[in-house]
Amino acid sequence: MVKIPEDLKYTKDHEWIRVEGDVAVEGITDYAQSELSDIVMVELPEVGRVVKLGESIGVIEAVKAVADLYAAVSGEVVAVNEKIVATPQLINQDPYGEGWMVKIRMSNPSELDTILSSEDYQQLIGEKE
Amino acid sequence: MKKTPFYSRHRALGAQIVEFAGFLMPIRFEGVIPEHLTVRNRLGLFDVSHMGEIEIRGKDRIRFANWITTNDVSRLEINQVQYSTMLYPDGGIVDDLLVYRLSDRIFLVVNAANTDKDYEWILSNKRFDVEIRNVSAQTGQLALQGPIAQEVMARLIDLDLDELRYYWAVETEIGGVPILLSRTGYTGEDGFEIYSSAEEGEKIWDLLFEADPELKPIGLGARDTLRLEMKYCLYGNDITKETNPLEAGLSWIVKLDKEDFIGKDALLKIRSEGVKRRLVGFVMDEGIPRKGYRIYKDGEEIGVVTSGNYSPCLKKGIGMGYVRTGHHKPKSRFEVEVRGKLIGAEVIKPPFYKDFTHR
Repeated sequence: MVKIPEDLKYTKDHEWIRVEGDVAVEGITDYAQSELSDIVMVELPEVGRVVKLGESIGVIEAVKAVADLYAAVSGEVVAVNEKIVATPQLINQDPYGEGWMVKIRMSNPSELDTILSSEDYQQLIGEKE
Repeated sequence: MKKTPFYSRHRALGAQIVEFAGFLMPIRFEGVIPEHLTVRNRLGLFDVSHMGEIEIRGKDRIRFANWITTNDVSRLEINQVQYSTMLYPDGGIVDDLLVYRLSDRIFLVVNAANTDKDYEWILSNKRFDVEIRNVSAQTGQLALQGPIAQEVMARLIDLDLDELRYYWAVETEIGGVPILLSRTGYTGEDGFEIYSSAEEGEKIWDLLFEADPELKPIGLGARDTLRLEMKYCLYGNDITKETNPLEAGLSWIVKLDKEDFIGKDALLKIRSEGVKRRLVGFVMDEGIPRKGYRIYKDGEEIGVVTSGNYSPCLKKGIGMGYVRTGHHKPKSRFEVEVRGKLIGAEVIKPPFYKDFTHR
């Protein structure tokens, strides 16, 4: 069973965010990690980079495929998870915890109005299965 | 969709199942990386029953097998095995395969996705006094691979396995089940391939897990990363009907001095005109190459990636691909276009993984 925590927000590209004040912590969902399986390499953006909603900001390489990481919100990258660069399997093991990927200081919090709730996201992946 | 004799075992062990070559096959159990390392460091069991098996009987079986394959079947002793290819008249590859010379028959083991095509091809080229049978559906095949393979197999079999050398086979039994056992594999590690009737396959599976309670099942995902680290060709990727064995680095299994065989004239012509591209193995400076990525040197396109993945042992992206002759020597450098970026790569002397245990 794919986990979809209720306290997080989601994108149709299978990212999740947790809003902490004006910062969004972003990662990929349990569904995304299980579809990719065996994540072996991660490229993350540089801290300080200004990113736009929907822009490719990183690369997730798994044994069977490669995927982009897209910015779930616009803003400035204020932190990246170096632990997943060294140990990419953390994304498979704990996608919503130790497998977080970037923190973005939001420049346009109104973007959150259109982001998916856990119910919306459940429906989205339900249609895929 | 076809199932192998071991399908229920895979389900019971929690395999992720995918369709492959018309079969429901386990792609992963624990995860590709741990499974890969298990085979390199200890022991794993693969269900490879999707592979095709074709028998040739009759008095001219050796002569006929020599006509349809590129290696020299006449050099095989009874119970010896050889790696070979079958070619189209233009030198393109029909398939790569194992040729077993057994006491009463020639036994061909071919790629799952090619079984029907190969069988039709062999039938359509039938000559001399031979009978040809596709026995794929009645045959189960397991591959026990890893450095301790002999130790475990010795618990089940009353034979001195030191006597069963690499690329040799024996018809014997395990727990009363008749098997064909060969010291072969697609991983680079020591190990065996075990052929039995499909009905009795599960008995062999269970006996192997009893003989080694820590035995791990391995999926097709790790089978691919293991073969890639050895730079073993995969049909459909590295070799196809559009490629010939000379450019694929398979000249060692093409015996142009033997009696005539299908594709020989084409290969002689290709050889005299010079081989224009070569299949190489390369290590990336960063990133992971994938099938279809383009290869450049000084801004000019010189080739294409045919297989690529992450090497769990080298911990780097590695790949195989065709490059223009001249760029194929070990230590040659070129760039691979990875998602719009040119990334440096260096040709290796194969295999990628040097600490293999096959012998």
